[in-house]
Amino acid sequence: MLKDITLGQFFPGYTIVHRLDPRTKILSVVFYIAALFTAVSYVSYAFMFLVLCLCVGLSRIRPAALLKGLKPLLFILILTSLLNLFGTQGRVIFEVWILRITWEGLRNAVFMTARIMMLVCGTFLLTYTTSPLALTDGLEQLLSPLKKLRVPIHELSMMMSIALRFIPTLIEETDKIMSAQRARGADFETGSLARRAKALLPILVPLFVSAFRRADELAVAMECRCYHGGEGRTRMKVLTMQRRDYLTLLFWFFVLAMVIVLAVFGL
Amino acid sequence: MYMDSAIIQIENLSFRYPEASQDTLSDLSLSIFRGEFVAVLGRNGSGKSTLAKHLNAILLPSKGRVLVNGMNTADEAVLMQIRHTVGMVFQNPDNQIVASVVEDDVAFAPENLGLPSKEICHRVDEALRSVGMYEFRMHAPHLLSGGQKQRIAIAGVIAMRPDVLVLDEPTAMLDPSGRREVLRVVDQLRQDYGITVVLITHHMDECIHADRVLVMADGKIALDGTPAQVFTQVEKMYELGLEVPATTKILWELSAEGLQLPLDALDVEDCAQAIAVLWKGRQST
Repeated sequence: MLKDITLGQFFPGYTIVHRLDPRTKILSVVFYIAALFTAVSYVSYAFMFLVLCLCVGLSRIRPAALLKGLKPLLFILILTSLLNLFGTQGRVIFEVWILRITWEGLRNAVFMTARIMMLVCGTFLLTYTTSPLALTDGLEQLLSPLKKLRVPIHELSMMMSIALRFIPTLIEETDKIMSAQRARGADFETGSLARRAKALLPILVPLFVSAFRRADELAVAMECRCYHGGEGRTRMKVLTMQRRDYLTLLFWFFVLAMVIVLAVFGL
Repeated sequence: MYMDSAIIQIENLSFRYPEASQDTLSDLSLSIFRGEFVAVLGRNGSGKSTLAKHLNAILLPSKGRVLVNGMNTADEAVLMQIRHTVGMVFQNPDNQIVASVVEDDVAFAPENLGLPSKEICHRVDEALRSVGMYEFRMHAPHLLSGGQKQRIAIAGVIAMRPDVLVLDEPTAMLDPSGRREVLRVVDQLRQDYGITVVLITHHMDECIHADRVLVMADGKIALDGTPAQVFTQVEKMYELGLEVPATTKILWELSAEGLQLPLDALDVEDCAQAIAVLWKGRQST
């Protein structure tokens, strides 16, 4: 039952989007977000929407999968559009009691909703097409200049990848502990929320104890394999930027420039 | 290199865990020679694992010293060289695997050594082939069987190209087929690389093919000799709370009945042979 949980929701594939260097993809998302926040008009939004459609098309990710990712955000989407709709001053379309809808409010609501939806879809495209490990590697490489400022980038990324490695192991362990508790009559499914939460306690305690023991053993095993932090450490798989990566980045420069030009001309 | 080609030399080693009232190891001296296959036996709490952890400076002696290839384990300057020389594999393979992909895990140690990418690839391939797991290089470790995981853990250590491989109860959590897999790999590594092996175990039958068996009790070495020399001391072994291999047990019990049998026929074949010879001899008279 717990085995169905997937983290980061990665859909493996061999499309051009999947094969891009993770650093390129992370930078692309940064450009994409910058462009989205620069866009101010219907024309520029339409342009950004086309760009998003192009990326989704190239990645062969089903649009339905992206929309499913929007579901948890439904509440925020509705709230922001309502706030914008009723909270903006301007030319009145419609007025009842203290509720007033203006042209400007309507415009803001549409833009805000579109912006959030496109923002989320774009970032989801990154996690859907990049394995968590590649993502961690890419982030480590991109942030490595911060090492000079004594930010522990290597340690953070090592922690991330070990956490990812141990998720299935700990899920398996949780399953085992739950079975053991069930065999002794524990009940996790019925009763009030508070009761069920309380029933989880006998699972969490042994799980934590074992996680600490594992961490201890892992640390010794890592030391035995000459681990001594990031200093002097090399990598087997060195990320290399290819022609397609440079072309992609060029494309995003163009997109950002286009949106800025559109904004300057007030379109 | 050391004069007598001892790769590990332990001199009057005593060790006490912080806040413990007794020494876990007391005044222990031992030499392990290049290319030797040493099996270490002993009941729980006899200090086997503590001894193992002294071999690559995970623990440091309270008294005495441990020399690896002439390097003192207490010397911080040579710590990485010592760990590079003595590789260690532990009981639970799950808690030794660091990466989510088999080949990335095997690459972990060579990456730590700062080798160039090409050399790392080469070593990873070689290590995975030597444990027979090359086809699984792109797999996720948590989906493999216990025996396979333990072989990955061994490959992860072999990729450093250590001179000594210390295995701390590597088969304790495995089923019989997993145990056989791991032992076959260890045998293969000895043949291919002439690697020195220190195998800590509870299974007597894993020691039969060792060059030397050490029996530990109360932080000391109680018996030290060839498997035949050690296991023929059946009463002494029982006294130390240990078993003897099934073959020795049969021969010993038959001998107690007054039959003339050699106790040192440890191999199943040899044992059967010895009994067959005696049987035929009796029938002909």
